[in-house]
Amino acid sequence: MRPAFEAEGLVKRYGGTTALDGVDLQARPGTVLGVLGPNGAGKTTAIRILATLLRPDAGRAVVDGVDVLRDPVAARRIVGLTGQYATVDEDLTGTENLVLFGRLLDLTGPDARDRAARLLDRFGLADAAGRRASTYSGGMRRRLDLAASLVGAPRVLFLDEPTTGLDPGKREELWRTIRSLADDGTTVLLTTQYLEEADALADEITVIDQGRVIAHDSPAGLKQHVGGQTVVVRPRDPARTADAADVVRRVTGHPVDRSRGGVVTAPVDDGRAFAGIVRELERAGMDVTELALRLPSLDEAFFTLTGHDAGRTTTTQEDS
Amino acid sequence: MTSTSTAATGRSRVAGGPGAPTPRPWPLLRHSLALAGRSLTKTRRNPGVLLDALILPVLFLVLFVYLFGGAVAGSTQEYLQYLFPGILVLTTVLAGQVATGLHIVVDMKKGVFDRFRSMPVPRTSILLGSVLADAIRYVVAVVVLFGVGYALGFRVETGFGSALAATGLAIGFGFSLSWLTVLVAVLLRDETLVSTVGFLLPFPLVFGTSMAAPAGTMPDWLRAWAEVNPVSHVIEACRGLLLGGPVAGPVAASLAWSAGFLLVFGTLAVVAFRRRV
Ligand SMILES: Nc1ncnc2c1ncn2[C@@H]1O[C@H](COP(=O)(O)OP(=O)(O)OP(=O)(O)O)[C@@H](O)[C@H]1O
Ligand SMILES: [Mg+2]
Repeated sequence: MRPAFEAEGLVKRYGGTTALDGVDLQARPGTVLGVLGPNGAGKTTAIRILATLLRPDAGRAVVDGVDVLRDPVAARRIVGLTGQYATVDEDLTGTENLVLFGRLLDLTGPDARDRAARLLDRFGLADAAGRRASTYSGGMRRRLDLAASLVGAPRVLFLDEPTTGLDPGKREELWRTIRSLADDGTTVLLTTQYLEEADALADEITVIDQGRVIAHDSPAGLKQHVGGQTVVVRPRDPARTADAADVVRRVTGHPVDRSRGGVVTAPVDDGRAFAGIVRELERAGMDVTELALRLPSLDEAFFTLTGHDAGRTTTTQEDS
Repeated sequence: MTSTSTAATGRSRVAGGPGAPTPRPWPLLRHSLALAGRSLTKTRRNPGVLLDALILPVLFLVLFVYLFGGAVAGSTQEYLQYLFPGILVLTTVLAGQVATGLHIVVDMKKGVFDRFRSMPVPRTSILLGSVLADAIRYVVAVVVLFGVGYALGFRVETGFGSALAATGLAIGFGFSLSWLTVLVAVLLRDETLVSTVGFLLPFPLVFGTSMAAPAGTMPDWLRAWAEVNPVSHVIEACRGLLLGGPVAGPVAASLAWSAGFLLVFGTLAVVAFRRRV
């Protein structure tokens, strides 16, 4: 099956920095590709190349069979883009923004207005439709931005960290919207810094770091690779953190991480370990304020994938 | 597979469904007008930018007439008649310079510009839309200038048609010259630099002419500049059209210079723009 979009061997240098060092990306039609990577990994650079905003130094990119470097004009009829930073005009109202984009996409006036109204409604912006975008909250702007990239009903949609700045409720709402777009046949490339988000949305995940692909897998495969879930225990009495660490280490058989004060985390292989931890904590008479299973953070996943930290403050993995 | 054929042909869906609208004819014109509409809306919401183009010419008109009128022409009334055509040209040149380039630089730095660029919009429309919307500034500035001029006692000595022709000629010249700031804006991409150039450029051009006093009264170097300065032709033409006298020569020269500026600066600006974005 022909991929909906495909990038091969993308290289982009800015003076001394190599933003992309041979990145391959692709997705089947109607699927969501999650591109996961820390700050500066090259996510935005890759999206800008695919969206015809930037020319790579090497490599090729194709959207729906159209080479974006040879025929950028045709490619622009296929893709929609929501950049990392707001790309709507703050001096215009929500409606004016979407109608303008509709006109620029060759819709007739009535069609453009009709589509604008429907999109504003769909993104919960109907009440703010007549207000200037400069008066919108951060979350409203993100949603208007996403609506703007849907005006042309694009076959391929590029979303650069679309949920940054959204509260958890709005974020999950946006996740549902993105999923429903994919279900309707739109192919989505979504960048994120959160494994949780990629896990919730993506059919496949490409992890990039320092301009290189370091993993490509399904969410399940990737999670298995990076150690599945992590158990988090926070004793009510911080003085008992060491005791809690003992319990967790004994039950999971894995080294524990105590780099965050008062909290113990460790990878768990299956659900039984969690039940075991609950039992053991109870037996030890330990009261906890936090007890959870969660996916590894990007930091933890990176540590496993690359053996080095994701370019941020080092978290020490201690074995005590 | 079915999902492939949906993705390739399912064009009828609206939001969320794949498929961009079919292209329609005249993309350059339609997109330029759509973008000009956007710029006009922005101007309407921030009318302050119109003021820059209004205040200076009116200020110069009033100052010059009452400060130098007596000395240069013997009476303020006579001097007003002499000075007004030059101030008209100053007005249109300033109107073309003050904000045109600035708006383009500001736009280029904003995210909305990336959105335009990621859409099937001719690059040239992005520039044209911005420059076309400036028309409103010329019109408002000229109307206000004539209003103040008439209030002070200026009178057109020819007819309505001639006055309209003078105005059109001045606006055409200002518009053509405004492509120079567009070029500077595209090349420099810096708000401060572009505003400074746009603000300073009109003065040697418009003042280095017979605008305020006949060239015969100038030192040699300044007279030499005034004689080669294309703005001299435009002011002369406007004088002829507003007050009477020979017009054919200066009008032809003005049109030729305007066309030349438009062609040279316009082409360079468009080429530079398409290259840089
Ligand atoms: N215009 C530019 N000039 C110089 N360096 C750049 C430019 N754009 C990006 N870079 C560099 O390229 C690298 C990749 O940047 P990019 O914006 O693609 O990262 P990112 O993965 O999107 O990061 P973030 O999560 O912070 O948005 C970074 O080191 C960045 O400093
Ligand atoms: Mg980025």
